[in-house]
Amino acid sequence: MEKTQARRGDTITFVKKYAMIIVLILVVIFFTTMTQGSILAPMNISSLISQNAYVFVLATGMLLCILTGGNIDLSVGSVVCFVGAVGAVLMMNHHWNMYAAIAVMFAIGIAIGAFQAFWIAYVRIPPFITTLAGMLAFRGLSNVVLDGLTVSIKEQETFVKLFGGGANCYVPAIFYIGGANGLCLLVTLVAAALFLFSQIRQRLIRSSKGYETEKPFAFWFKSLAITAVLTAFGVALSFHKGIPTVLIWVVAVVLVYHYITSNTTIGRAFYAVGGNEKATKLSGINTNKVYFLAYTNMGFLAALAGMITIARLTSAQPTYGQNYEMDAIGSCFIGGASAYGGIGTVPGIIIGAVLMGVINLGMSLMGVDQNMQKVVKGGVLLAAVIFDVVSKRGGKLLAKD
Amino acid sequence: MANVLLEMKNITKTFPGVKALDNVNFQVEEGEIHALVGENGAGKSTLMNVLSGIYPYGTYEGDIVYNGEVCHFNVIKDSESKGIVIIHQELALIPYMSIAENMFLGNERGSKYKIDWNETNELAAKYLKMVGLKENPQTLIKDIGVGKQQLVEIAKALAKNAKLLILDEPTASLNEEDTKALLDLLLKFKSEGMTSILISHKLNEVSYVADKVTVLRDGSTIETLDKNKDDLSESRIIKGMVGREIEDRFPKRESNIGDIKMEVKNWTVYHPLYTEKKVVDDVSINVRRGEIVGISGLMGAGRTELAMSLFGKSYGTNISGELILDGKPVHLHNAQQAIKHKLAYVTEDRKGNGLILSNPIKINTTIANLEGVSNRGVIDKDREYGVAVEYKEKLNTKCPTVEQNVGNLSGGNQQKVLLAKWMFADPDVLILDEPTRGIDVGAKYEIYCIMNQLVAEGKSVIMISSEMPEILGMCDRIYVMNEGKIVAELDGKEATQEKIMSHIVRTA
Repeated sequence: MEKTQARRGDTITFVKKYAMIIVLILVVIFFTTMTQGSILAPMNISSLISQNAYVFVLATGMLLCILTGGNIDLSVGSVVCFVGAVGAVLMMNHHWNMYAAIAVMFAIGIAIGAFQAFWIAYVRIPPFITTLAGMLAFRGLSNVVLDGLTVSIKEQETFVKLFGGGANCYVPAIFYIGGANGLCLLVTLVAAALFLFSQIRQRLIRSSKGYETEKPFAFWFKSLAITAVLTAFGVALSFHKGIPTVLIWVVAVVLVYHYITSNTTIGRAFYAVGGNEKATKLSGINTNKVYFLAYTNMGFLAALAGMITIARLTSAQPTYGQNYEMDAIGSCFIGGASAYGGIGTVPGIIIGAVLMGVINLGMSLMGVDQNMQKVVKGGVLLAAVIFDVVSKRGGKLLAKD
Repeated sequence: MANVLLEMKNITKTFPGVKALDNVNFQVEEGEIHALVGENGAGKSTLMNVLSGIYPYGTYEGDIVYNGEVCHFNVIKDSESKGIVIIHQELALIPYMSIAENMFLGNERGSKYKIDWNETNELAAKYLKMVGLKENPQTLIKDIGVGKQQLVEIAKALAKNAKLLILDEPTASLNEEDTKALLDLLLKFKSEGMTSILISHKLNEVSYVADKVTVLRDGSTIETLDKNKDDLSESRIIKGMVGREIEDRFPKRESNIGDIKMEVKNWTVYHPLYTEKKVVDDVSINVRRGEIVGISGLMGAGRTELAMSLFGKSYGTNISGELILDGKPVHLHNAQQAIKHKLAYVTEDRKGNGLILSNPIKINTTIANLEGVSNRGVIDKDREYGVAVEYKEKLNTKCPTVEQNVGNLSGGNQQKVLLAKWMFADPDVLILDEPTRGIDVGAKYEIYCIMNQLVAEGKSVIMISSEMPEILGMCDRIYVMNEGKIVAELDGKEATQEKIMSHIVRTA
């Protein structure tokens, strides 16, 4: 009796921990059947990345804001648009050097982030209101900068190739193996090997010091599964033009922020503030600074997302970036970030973003109406957060009166 | 003989691990003012929560007989409908609503779909008059003083047709004049036939108004004193409150006291919101190396506020005074600087101010000293794990692994994690605020042992505690604090509970 109960408890923990991965697998299987496998075609996998690159970048920044206590940044969509607009106008209308324009775009993003962060962190204006104001203001300013027009940046080929995910924005192949992109295959294999090697090394170090480690089956299953998915993904890309340049940016952001959140003292501070701000303050951590960093960083990543956006669409328009904040926030919550703060990981929200991307792509391939797609996405978001809240309450659906 | 209005028979209430009330009997006659006294944690509030239905029928044992019938209250509304109204120590008024709106909150006049504002204001004015307030019922609560707010609470109770009024520390935040007015109001109500239960620490007030006094101690009724038969003097009541033997609950220690480590001179702190209110008033204390100094006093005496304001001004505004460490004056402006100067404040509120419940033991252990487990801002997770395990073993924390979330631990083990966190920060002076609150006897003993070990290493410990036996059993020296002031300094060997209590009530 006790044993079955314990096993049931283990199952619940397992489902809770890997819920979104399980859902992702189910969703992929569903769309594979519904689209006769075309969702897994190399071209579609490649476009999954290009289409959603901005979501990965913004969701990573949004995670830091959400970690501080469920706070969100509503202004990112408008900031993406504004930064892109300024960059496009500088490069096209004023013929600025590309690198100077990039520097200015980053500077503007950081400055906007720091401006909003100041009010949030040091004056304690609620983030919702501060960033709502930013959302309105920068949307308006984008229009002003662009004069309400579209500015094409097609001629800025280097810029487009550097940040883009469009038609020809791929890392050159250099050599081919069979029909596949050789460089892409090589990078994939090296990355997969490095991942597996670091996992094994870490495990050996821990067990040699006598620390607790995962059960062997769980460890090997997890490590090999991730390695396999990584490899399959890279091989698929190598059969469709190779590595999109934008993937380099996404991977860099994900790796850097994963490292910061999981291994550094400043990363620890984000979780601590969201977990219990008063206790964190009394532990000698400057909590105002933590808020300031979260929102300043959001401005920085919004600038990067702005560049990615105008490069992919080869133009800047006053309507770009609409609802981007919602995509980022949605990915975080679907990916397991807590709406109360203190909980959430970069790999988690990437899975959330991929899940949203797969649902989008799958429905588009099935020819589902755009409006119905929104309905489905809304449903998924609500379901994910209900799941999070209810599972934390120990499986009870209704809150106590 | 008057009618018995309320009888609580053999009430027993247990919380996980603690018996809060043990076979309590409590009888109130119609038309009397009955005072309920006892130390913090004696069970007064628990008893009143049982009576008012906050702890519903079935969660306790025993019977409540009110007006001759056995009552089963499930929610507060049930007891209120019978005329039993409790006024809690923390005022439950909404600042940006008017007096009248507050008074009829949840008890609105008019129909469900339309509030009758004329009736509301008219009735409010009538009840305000009964408590001697001349305020306009439409005045916002935030615009009247605390004393008047307390009277509004009473008017609110009257509006509910109260027959039995329960007041929990009604004068805790009132000045002398307001206190006198409130007590006289109670006497006036009594002459009109109202029955009241008064919970108070201020024994002079109890002596002034009470017809009977029931003393609770450690969850049991000790005695009921009657004005007509017994002596209701303060010293007589104190004897009942503290009259317990100190058992051998404290580990022995050889005191090895060095020179002065920390000295505080003329420390004054004002309330962060009500900036004209002095919370800590001209306090001067010191602690030596290897010494445990106790700060005794009642809740709200300003002890926590003193400690937190010393710890990098983590509480209060307009702080003045001198803080001297090792003979050198220092100025600490935040917790970070306090930790750098090797101070630690172990909070009384481990869930609110101490621990991150949603995080594992290892993260909570290192949060106050992340430098200790990191290189240039990068955390060495293996070292962190090792530290957590080391302290888990050192303090005998009972948990399957240090990956366990702190929220799933028992109170005693949470307290140990909190201590581990501050011990790992390697302080010279530890301020322990109610270090044994809400934990069982065994864990208490272990915490006392840890304290002894800390002073044996030459560290200084300041212990704030409301439990007098623990202060007497552990401390080399004791400061008694009341209403923001240090009112006495006693030698640990000579101090007794009666001495401490009499210093507190003399100034109350």
